[in-house]
Amino acid sequence: MEKTLLEVKNLKKYFSTSAGPLHAVDSISFKLRRGTTLGVVGESGCGKSTLGRLILHLLPVTDGQIFYDGEDITNPNRKKLRLLRRNMQMVFQDPYSSLNPRQTVADIIGEPLVIYKVSESKKDLGIRTRDIMEIVGLPSRYETTYPHELDGGRRQRVGLGRAIALNPQLIVCDEPVSALDVSIQAQILNLLQDLQKQLGLTYLFITHDLSVVKHISDEIMVMYLGVMVEKSPTDDLFKWQLHPYTKALLSAIPQAKLGIKKDRILLRGELSSPINPPNACRFAPRCNYAIDMCYRSNPSLEKVLPDHFVACHRVREINEF
Amino acid sequence: MDTHEQPVLEVKDLVVRYYVEGSVVEAVNGISFSLYKGKTLGLIGETGAGKTTTALSLLRLVPDPPGVIESGEILYKGKNVLSLPEKEVRQYRGNDVAMIFQDPMSSLNPVMHVGDQIRESIEIHENVSKYEALDRAKRMLESVEIPSSRYYEYPHQFSGGMKQRVVIAMALACSPQVLIADEPTTALDVTIQAQVLDMMRQLIDEYKMSMLMITHDLGVVAEICDFVAIIYAGEIVESGTIEDIFNNTKHPYTIGLFNSLPDLDSPTSRLNAIPGLMPNPSDLPTGCRFHPRCQHATTLCSTEKPHKEDVSATHTVSCWNYKEIERQ
Repeated sequence: MEKTLLEVKNLKKYFSTSAGPLHAVDSISFKLRRGTTLGVVGESGCGKSTLGRLILHLLPVTDGQIFYDGEDITNPNRKKLRLLRRNMQMVFQDPYSSLNPRQTVADIIGEPLVIYKVSESKKDLGIRTRDIMEIVGLPSRYETTYPHELDGGRRQRVGLGRAIALNPQLIVCDEPVSALDVSIQAQILNLLQDLQKQLGLTYLFITHDLSVVKHISDEIMVMYLGVMVEKSPTDDLFKWQLHPYTKALLSAIPQAKLGIKKDRILLRGELSSPINPPNACRFAPRCNYAIDMCYRSNPSLEKVLPDHFVACHRVREINEF
Repeated sequence: MDTHEQPVLEVKDLVVRYYVEGSVVEAVNGISFSLYKGKTLGLIGETGAGKTTTALSLLRLVPDPPGVIESGEILYKGKNVLSLPEKEVRQYRGNDVAMIFQDPMSSLNPVMHVGDQIRESIEIHENVSKYEALDRAKRMLESVEIPSSRYYEYPHQFSGGMKQRVVIAMALACSPQVLIADEPTTALDVTIQAQVLDMMRQLIDEYKMSMLMITHDLGVVAEICDFVAIIYAGEIVESGTIEDIFNNTKHPYTIGLFNSLPDLDSPTSRLNAIPGLMPNPSDLPTGCRFHPRCQHATTLCSTEKPHKEDVSATHTVSCWNYKEIERQ
């Protein structure tokens, strides 16, 4: 078993709004082992991006702790943060808005090297930049190209190049392929897997697309309205979905195949408000199995199978074991 | 496709170009297809393939300049839409053919009650009293499962899925014969997408409409379409019934699209991505448009454009080597 690289304990993020505190991330805990990929799945507004941003300190934490390599990094000072950022990077959904339109590809990829004074000379910087471009599959003729001249797939390669420039250990990928066409999406997913093998990277992979997350993750965590409802190794989750929300989510994916039996579970209604949520199961208003108890208390995460955690009062009844 | 029946809408050899800063963007290059009563045709392609331009042409909404419909015919019940006078086109839009766009927010007026937006389209197209229009708008809201008590609310008070349902209600308010849906569920979450698709299927059955469904998602196509046309660089490379395309895939591009998708049932360690990128529509390759990305390409492919060939009575494909290619 690989060592834990990132650990999150009871992480909370509340945004204050005029109507009361908005619980974007509520008591999330998990461990991420070195060299593996944890997929975070959920629909818009479930807090998955906020979670990624909290880990990278792009947003201040309300409560809870984050450990990196065994060290508490919840509230780092500036100097510490600077060192941390070298090891933790992020790839964003929209490769266009995350790249400076006035910098060339070589400038964008080389900038982290300049900021952290990694290169001794201009010549060395050029060599390193070209090396990185080669790793992410960008021919050197693109060195002097600007982002607007590139298509979405190549832009995402530039974003990846910048993220791996300082040889980080952890990369938070926030929907890195959702803005791309399927044929290009497959190219970038393959590249992400190659980089993981080559450089021993650890990914926190945030997405709404279950087929993508199945393809790339070792473990999957399903979020609903700021809370974790189910977490398990990837293969197990696709064999046994134990939480009613995960069941519905999986059955809702339109599959590119004919003649498969469709027992679609249609959910009633839409997401409830994350502002001042009551002490109840967040999913209860849309759940087909909800009983009185689900509206009265919030279920805690419990281990149902080895490595398989579910937060549901009725998990044993529904799944009959 | 069934030749005994008259198509509701027929597109013949449509060519659309955009003239921008001295270069010519060849967006749509000779597309032909037919829509039949009560049936749904899926038009599948990636960004820049010409899907949306095709849809806009059907309503004569291609922005001109820079866009020009160079040639071709669009026949609605035998009438050529491209030669109709502007006044009749306004009747045709909305009354005969309606469209749903990808982003529901950009189709709704943010400062107008949602109910009034539906009522407006009824009043414009039909000669009815204000009260009748109001009553019908309320019934339309109910038919897309929104309580009519929410008639006087604004779009920002609705969630994404509900907004898209309002847009669908607007499009269906005048009972059009043809509905064009341009990526109607792409902006929605999967569980909401499932709700909206389910509802669209019911409404189509109820109103006996024909639908042109534009999407890049083969999963959505499998859910809702009867016929499929695959479009690449402004040309239809393969078309047929849904069974033809999904179970007897012939064109290497279509095969590539299926192989690029991560499969939920059988795990693969690596995806078979299609190498390269979509060609630039202002500088299209010679011969078969797909040959630079095709692993089966021969010298013939790079010089001569393939003809449309019949695989069966319903299935056509444009590829020189389709007989030798097998989908893995």
